[in-house]
Amino acid sequence: MVEFLAACVVAGTPLVLATVGELITEKTGNLNLGVEGMMLMGAVMGFYTGLHTASPLLAILSAALAGAGGALIYAFVTVTLKASQVVTGLTLTIFGTGFAQFVGEPLLGSMAPSEITAFFAKTTIPVLGQIPFIGPIFFQQDAFVYLSYMICILAAVYMYKTKMGMNLKALGENTGAADASGININLYKYAHILTGGALCGLGGAYLSLVRIPIWQEDVVNGRGWIAVALVIFVAWNPIKGFFGGVLFGGLSIIGLRFQAMGLGISQYLVDMIPYIATILIVIISTHKKRKESQPPGDLGNNYFREER
Amino acid sequence: MDLIRVTKRDNLPRNIEIIITIAAVLLSIVFSGIILLLFGLNPFSIFQELVLGAVGTSLRVQQTIIKAIPLILASMGIIVAFKMKFWNIGAEGQITMGALGASWVALNLSENLPQPLMLLLMVLAAAICGGIWAFIPAFFKAKMGTNETIFTLMMNYVAIKFVTYLQYGPWMDPAANGFPRIANFSENAVLPSIGGIHIGWIFALAAAAFVYVLIRHTKIGYEIAVVGESLDTARYAGMNISKVIIISMLISGGLCGIVGMVQASAIEKSLVAGIANNYGFTAIITAWLAKLNPLTTLVVCVVFAMLIQGGEYIQIALGVPSAVSDIVQGLILFFVLGSEFFMRYKVRFGKTAEKEVA
Repeated sequence: MVEFLAACVVAGTPLVLATVGELITEKTGNLNLGVEGMMLMGAVMGFYTGLHTASPLLAILSAALAGAGGALIYAFVTVTLKASQVVTGLTLTIFGTGFAQFVGEPLLGSMAPSEITAFFAKTTIPVLGQIPFIGPIFFQQDAFVYLSYMICILAAVYMYKTKMGMNLKALGENTGAADASGININLYKYAHILTGGALCGLGGAYLSLVRIPIWQEDVVNGRGWIAVALVIFVAWNPIKGFFGGVLFGGLSIIGLRFQAMGLGISQYLVDMIPYIATILIVIISTHKKRKESQPPGDLGNNYFREER
Repeated sequence: MDLIRVTKRDNLPRNIEIIITIAAVLLSIVFSGIILLLFGLNPFSIFQELVLGAVGTSLRVQQTIIKAIPLILASMGIIVAFKMKFWNIGAEGQITMGALGASWVALNLSENLPQPLMLLLMVLAAAICGGIWAFIPAFFKAKMGTNETIFTLMMNYVAIKFVTYLQYGPWMDPAANGFPRIANFSENAVLPSIGGIHIGWIFALAAAAFVYVLIRHTKIGYEIAVVGESLDTARYAGMNISKVIIISMLISGGLCGIVGMVQASAIEKSLVAGIANNYGFTAIITAWLAKLNPLTTLVVCVVFAMLIQGGEYIQIALGVPSAVSDIVQGLILFFVLGSEFFMRYKVRFGKTAEKEVA
């Protein structure tokens, strides 16, 4: 059981990173449907850099930059040029998929260098790792997982405890009012959309560098879309985002457990579970109408001061 | 004062609109070239081979047209949904389920059935299965306001996993000696060809005409457009919004389902899990580039079919990944999306400069 829950955390980490990235983006009032594309760009550039430099830090940095690069295209087209957010996000996913195939084609089947796999080997955190039950699940993981914990906590502190976080909330709720109160709309939008993209890129890199450190074309396999759905499910809260990600990580590996138990259900039917579960949470999230679980008021609307 | 001033345009002359669009497409090609250069490839030879690969010989032209057929059909399905601002990105799944429906008919009815009847039944089954796959998210959207983007996208994965399950399980061809494939269709279930091109092109043109008439000249087409423009207006006008959403998604999914029938019958002559082959996503680009106009879509689809065919060719001829054409496609749409800004607004540099930046 403990071992299964620890595996859930590992399987959930890419979802956690992408979910937190997307919720930060959406807090600005911009819905970026390019998560899948940014994750793929991060996955392939992280792997490419890792393979050629054997430096884990450069690999991570490159993945974050690739994700942020994708987000920069999105931000320029939607924030500066006011194009449809939905269509631009979809295009980013299509572009990112093509980009990853293009860069990844010569890498197919290559393995991440041992320097990288060694760097991301499991390390037990002193004291915390010794706590019964909790320790083996959360604190006997790899460095990337610990990074994701820090990102969730930092995001929560930033969003709920700092002035900039409050401004961000105001911006997403009512962009016109935030503009009138003197917040630099474009700067906030660009900064947060790029940060969100960088986190999505990291989520992708976790898949290609740590989860299965061999390059394969469909590494992300819909996780970006699941993250978009998770943002609604966790009500734009990064701490809930962590647990939502781990829950869905668990759903994605439960099939293997069923296989191991020999229940005789086809692997391909079990593979549907995370996707069907995502549909269910989308339906359930629409149903509940609690005030704090509503999307930012101006989500999806482009803002142009002169048109007000 | 401000160095850049942006003002709203009152009306846009047609020629400026065309110039802006062409400039955007050219810029996207320049940009694709830069990306190729960054990866140490020669953009000129790649673009040249791309075009030659699409139209260089009559055989390649045939291949290009064969690739345009599913793209046109799927784009027509996308148009019907997108007109309503219902973001149906589940075309891949609807294509897959359509192929499943057609294959069920092809594999279960007698091989002595007259070919026209068999093909007609396959088309019907495909439209129904694609329609059902689109109906499910449409129903939840209409009744509860569920987010259709994620819903339709997730339905893609469910459809593809389901066909994979059939391919490796109950539908596996016992004659294939354990190789996980579904049996080939009999002769009467394969679309006939004329001049090297299967007759799916008739379906594609018929679908374009159908969608054109639907949008321009029918009540439901008008209602779809109103619901897309403003839900409030539709409500005040007394329209039954749920009904409009469900009907238009049945049409959208039905058209996508027929793509599955065409691909299964004419290309694969069987059912495979990857039958949709990304056409459902590319159709989003083509439909949007054509501003959801069915006639313009025909032209855009042919250009994109050239990109797809040319991409496959350079993979073989130059060993350059065919994904180059995916990158070019994505960039074209980015630039055209961005260029719409210059159609809606005038941009002037400096206080007095009258020069227009377009």
